[in-house]
Amino acid sequence: MVLVRRRGPLRERCAAHQLRSRRVRASAERAPTAQRGILMKVLVPVKRVIDYNVKVRVKADGSGVETANVKMSMNPFDELAVEEAIRLKEAGRVESIVAVSIGAPACRETLRTALAMGADRALLVTTEAELQPLDVAKVLKAIVAQETPALVIMGKQAIDDDCNQTGQMLAALLGWGQGTFACGVALAEDSVTVTREIDGGNQTVRLKLPAVVTADLRLNEPRYIKLPSIMKAKQKPLQSMTVQELGVEVAVRLKTLQVSEPPPRRSGVKVSSVAELVDKLRNEVKVL
Amino acid sequence: MSVLVIAEHDNATLAGVTLSAITAAVQLGDDVRVLVAGHGCRAVAEAAARVQGVGLVRHSEAAHYARPTAEDLAALVTDLAVDFTYVLAPATTFGKNFLPRVAAILDVAMISDLIRIDAPDRFVRPIYAGNAVATVQSMDPIKVISVRATAFDAAPSGATAAPIEVLEAKPHSDLADVLAEQLTQSERPELTAAEIVVAGGRGMGSADGFRLLEAIADRLGAAIGASRAAVDAGYVPNDYQVGQTGKIVAPKLYIAVGISGAIQHLAGMQDSKVVVAINKDEAAPIFQVADYALVADLFQILPELETELSRVLAK
Repeated sequence: MVLVRRRGPLRERCAAHQLRSRRVRASAERAPTAQRGILMKVLVPVKRVIDYNVKVRVKADGSGVETANVKMSMNPFDELAVEEAIRLKEAGRVESIVAVSIGAPACRETLRTALAMGADRALLVTTEAELQPLDVAKVLKAIVAQETPALVIMGKQAIDDDCNQTGQMLAALLGWGQGTFACGVALAEDSVTVTREIDGGNQTVRLKLPAVVTADLRLNEPRYIKLPSIMKAKQKPLQSMTVQELGVEVAVRLKTLQVSEPPPRRSGVKVSSVAELVDKLRNEVKVL
Repeated sequence: MSVLVIAEHDNATLAGVTLSAITAAVQLGDDVRVLVAGHGCRAVAEAAARVQGVGLVRHSEAAHYARPTAEDLAALVTDLAVDFTYVLAPATTFGKNFLPRVAAILDVAMISDLIRIDAPDRFVRPIYAGNAVATVQSMDPIKVISVRATAFDAAPSGATAAPIEVLEAKPHSDLADVLAEQLTQSERPELTAAEIVVAGGRGMGSADGFRLLEAIADRLGAAIGASRAAVDAGYVPNDYQVGQTGKIVAPKLYIAVGISGAIQHLAGMQDSKVVVAINKDEAAPIFQVADYALVADLFQILPELETELSRVLAK
């Protein structure tokens, strides 16, 4: 029964991938897992951003921030998403993990990181343009149509533009449910239960699959990548395509006119004692 | 210009962040309307109607709006939004959840974390954890915007009350269901609305360490915040987190204790009016944004501070 249901979507895939899938399927069936449900595919979008430890510098001409010779990494929230997908696979719930990145050819590095962590294959969608969240969501929608994942897990926001939009937009375009700011993900056969971090505490939602989940900081702790994994990742398939090939039309809806430094804070003073501090708070700035 | 503001509330009271969003709305247009969707939330609709600058309140009642899912709220808002030039909500986990969904259905971009309006189509927002600010121009016919509440004053009450019109609820979508909510109970003021915030970091050492901060917070009527490090270490619940991905606060006084000051934390509090930093590490980056720096061991300082505060505040 289970086998028959699995065969449908598999048939549409390329021969090489079918072989790989059969191997995965075979090993999953050997594994003494309690979960007899359908093994699903997870799509994990990952973004290449300026490393979170880098102090960003605004370009003198106000056109953006300095990216030349700056260390780039996978958006930390996307790393949490990759890790979560891998844990779901290790728990026997997921058959395969496909990582996708959209941008310059250098996004290959980010995809290799995802593969080294444990994603099975990767898709690179190249574009010269700097895509905005709605465009990214449209590209991802096209990828979803090709890959038919049961679940998309991605970071809740990218630490460069801090938009916090793409996951929600993708869910809307697909007509899927969304579980944003996830700190817990429990997968069932036809639903996923997501614990969300909200302002007053936590909220638990149950989403019908397929669905989009966005990762918050406390979802998990991403693993360190070991050298053999990096070597192995080089053998994993990485397929490249362009935004045009996907048939997605992108448009500039928000034009960045200027990027500038935030106003600096005035420099402070050192106080030597509690008494002096309280005195200044009361009598100098009068906040007490 | 017509502006639709989606109210954040708990079915009993209108959240303060909504008042800030209304202030931004009034700067954008002269026809400001507020949508209050909830369950048993008539009092909230009435409160919204009394806010200065609000011309009309649309009130939608349904059991599934008590804690609405993004799916349900977006469906309701999208239908209304087509008649407006601007759609605004607070940039909180409430607004961030459903507003991008609205924008995508309308096929328009969204502007996150508005901090300043330069022109009807020009908006300023922080990027890179507040290490840069971007001025963007919107080309869309409907501008969907989340408003950073700390950047706009709360709208005051007006002399008259605006009319309240009922808006028919939409059916519940089976895409998502809210199963439960676990909200942190606290007698203290809400973090984003507090005039004084006392925040602790990894330097607090333990959950017990935070008790020292609670004593100070009690003296000052302050809210308690935390850095990511303190939350990750399990000293306090995650909704205490102040920072790029946590809460954005801008109180009158922010006292950072045992917080080193990673840029991600500074992003959440650097708009505070007065910042006090207490840390034994003289090189801690928090001191670069502090108005008053006290280089000392917090375990020695906090009891002293409590005593001093009780002495001077008792007068």
